[in-house]
Amino acid sequence: MRLISGQAIYVMWLRDVKRFTRARSRLIGNIVQPFFFLAILGFGLSSAAFPGIPSGFQFVDFLTPGIVAMAVLFSSIFAGVSVLWDKQFGFLQEVLVAPVSRLSIVLGRTLGGATTALIQGFIILGIASALSVRLKPFGLLLGIVFMVLIAFTAVGFGLIVASQMEDFHGFQLIMNLLVFPLFFTSSAVYPLEGLPAWLRTIAYLNPLTYGVDGLRESLIGFSSIPIEIDLAVLIGVCAVMLTVGSYLFGRSEA
Amino acid sequence: MNEDLVIEARGLTKVFDNSFKAVDEVSFEVKRREIFGFLGPNGAGKTTTIKMLSTLLKPTAGTASIDFHSITSDADGVRRSIGIVFQDPALDDELTGRENLDFHARMYGMSGGQRKERIAEVLRLTDLEDRADVQVKKYSSGMKRRLEIARGLMHYPKVLFLDEPTLGLDAQTRRTIWDYILKLNREEDVTIFLTTHYMEEADLLCGRVAIIDHGRIIVLDTPENLKSSIGSDMITLECSDPERLSKRLRSEEWVENLKVHSPTMIIGLRHSEEKIPEIVDIAREVGVKVRSITTRKPTLEDVFLYFTGRQIRESEATPVERIRTMRMRTARRR
Repeated sequence: MRLISGQAIYVMWLRDVKRFTRARSRLIGNIVQPFFFLAILGFGLSSAAFPGIPSGFQFVDFLTPGIVAMAVLFSSIFAGVSVLWDKQFGFLQEVLVAPVSRLSIVLGRTLGGATTALIQGFIILGIASALSVRLKPFGLLLGIVFMVLIAFTAVGFGLIVASQMEDFHGFQLIMNLLVFPLFFTSSAVYPLEGLPAWLRTIAYLNPLTYGVDGLRESLIGFSSIPIEIDLAVLIGVCAVMLTVGSYLFGRSEA
Repeated sequence: MNEDLVIEARGLTKVFDNSFKAVDEVSFEVKRREIFGFLGPNGAGKTTTIKMLSTLLKPTAGTASIDFHSITSDADGVRRSIGIVFQDPALDDELTGRENLDFHARMYGMSGGQRKERIAEVLRLTDLEDRADVQVKKYSSGMKRRLEIARGLMHYPKVLFLDEPTLGLDAQTRRTIWDYILKLNREEDVTIFLTTHYMEEADLLCGRVAIIDHGRIIVLDTPENLKSSIGSDMITLECSDPERLSKRLRSEEWVENLKVHSPTMIIGLRHSEEKIPEIVDIAREVGVKVRSITTRKPTLEDVFLYFTGRQIRESEATPVERIRTMRMRTARRR
């Protein structure tokens, strides 16, 4: 069996994209939530003065990369965890009995999850520019790199979570206990500079901080951590998550 | 190497972590192009056997080969040689029928031209052409089954596994599925291995049947031979002391077979109607009280009863089956 089968990766990806475009309600839900965060939080806190946000930046400018990261993160984790969905509906057996390596299956799923997550990230960016958020003209190119890294890391994380769960019942718990804290301690909604020491320590231990910070540097040209460090940490965490996620998925039985 | 055999299983055994022995040293052979069936109650080890043969589970001991590919050392070869229809639906409901088939074909590495041609072929075989571009969630359960059979055939497998192919379907749909199974066995060059706990299904479809219980094959033969092995007629008798009565009856030369599963006993014989009064007389003679006595032509159900003393559809099976059917309705599985 070839380790990498292009056609299998392609068709796994294609399936995710097709399912994504057909599940309108999921798409709307995934867009509306970040939109509320962006519009209400962004403008609601517009008059508050945060230490660390340089003059010339609105709070909503600062917030936009964080919300893009949130959309990518949530959507990618869901893509990883949706292995459970396939298990529940029996489709996983069809995938596992095919003469295709588990690695190809994971790669297809990861690319599919990342693609749909990026589409959502782009939609948020579109909304942000409509709300007259100032974006760097060519920042999107580097921004895409960070979005992809966040997406891959989160899909890997989702696969790890899925391998530890029997069904979908624990999903809400995982979201509340792991994903929301991850998001709120990541400097997505407030700058690192003004934080109490304990919270700042947590933020530095949170890999998403580096994703958000890198994305912020790319998109609006402002960051708290050098972008090289952001990139290095994120690539490292991404590699670990994907490796462990693929390994655990490889052991799964239908 | 025997060219006529497409499946050879030798001492296939599966012990689960909780030391439950689901399959216990099962050995059998399946001939090319035959319809071979595993008949037995739920929990007898049928699905576990299919999972081992299809490389989804590793056997604890023993081995098997499919079209000369070993399930333990050549999983990839086995996977290319088999198609499988799982007990619970394994379709993507959001995709259309055609997209499900296309997904499968690509996973099996078929080229664009091959895919298109074969998809049209299997859709025709299962009469799903009209519904091919409709999302599967709008299919009836019978159509889903047909689509799964079509998908199992996509990559020209040598063996098609059908795990309880008509479970949860109504009687009429069941008959339709039987017709398709017989048709594809005729028209496609494919061997069919099916599991069932419906004795009519095994009787009607299978060339040979292995009756399986508690992970072991009890008997294996054609349905006709299995039924006639009991006798041309069969009497089921319930009485106060079957041991004593059986000892006396065994000396009668017209008793072809006799098995005691206290408090009942099963007798295989010829012209049973004429022998009933004689049996009642003998019972009175040895002082045994007969409570009930019935006679009929043996069915596969009776073969199972004869060897195990239980009925396939006895209580243990029914609630499980009911839950399964409910599960299938809500499209959920374990």
